[in-house]
Amino acid sequence: MSLTKAERTIITSMWGKVSTQADSIGTEALERLFTSYPQTKTYFPHFDLHPGSAQLRAHGSKVVAAVGDAVKSIDNIAGALSKLSELHAYILRVDPVNFKLLSHCLLVTVAARFPADFTAEAHAAWDKFLSVVSSVLTEKYR
Amino acid sequence: MVLTADEKALVSSLWCKMNVDEAGAEALGRMLVVYPWTQRFFDHFGDLSSASAVMGNAKVKAHGKKVLNSFSDGLKHLDDLKGTFAHLSELHCDKLHVDPENFRLLGNVLVCVMARHLGPEFTPQAQAAYQKVVAGVANALAHKYH
Repeated sequence: MSLTKAERTIITSMWGKVSTQADSIGTEALERLFTSYPQTKTYFPHFDLHPGSAQLRAHGSKVVAAVGDAVKSIDNIAGALSKLSELHAYILRVDPVNFKLLSHCLLVTVAARFPADFTAEAHAAWDKFLSVVSSVLTEKYR
Repeated sequence: MVLTADEKALVSSLWCKMNVDEAGAEALGRMLVVYPWTQRFFDHFGDLSSASAVMGNAKVKAHGKKVLNSFSDGLKHLDDLKGTFAHLSELHCDKLHVDPENFRLLGNVLVCVMARHLGPEFTPQAQAAYQKVVAGVANALAHKYH
């Protein structure tokens, strides 16, 4: 499954707007993840997960920055996220099911903040893009 | 699936702000666009060849409206979703042959549609309550499968 030219265009052009709120989008997506899917908190026993916590904000920024890296190298996401892919496979070992959950929460966050831009086509492009990112991050698992 | 009293109140109050007919059309349309394999159940709907064709399709709109009005009825019986959707569950298994995974896909698309319409009012807590509801409805619709 790879992105069409039209899908890449939608993602890169929307990213301009989305990136202006990158940090708060990352934080909100994580808050949504932990609230809707409490089992995901099991990966963060070492974090203060209260809304607004410094750790949550820092981690949210990190996550969205990585998504941004994938957008900037949308023609070679596997190359751009190679190190992160190894990190997830060998160190973090987050169960693959959780990438779908976080992707969904990112979509919900973008939909809530950019209702006019989040057309059906944009929704499809983003869902597919995040699915590609998730595949890259789990491709070295076994 | 257990909702607290606060979650039930939140679910009701937000649902009142939704135009159920339009949301249904949008949710079904988006599911067919975002997950095109779901079109397998709708060969008889006519032109589904592009996002704009799907979103403008009269049969998609009519069916989306039907589906979400049914979901809406379910919201009045959150304590007995399995009973409420028993008949529809049998229908989806025996006559329509729909993989229950599709109910989960539609539920998540509906959550995205609500986020788009409600914006910041669709807080993490509101989303969590609705994720419980859509999971409950999906399970209820799958309950009679055999």
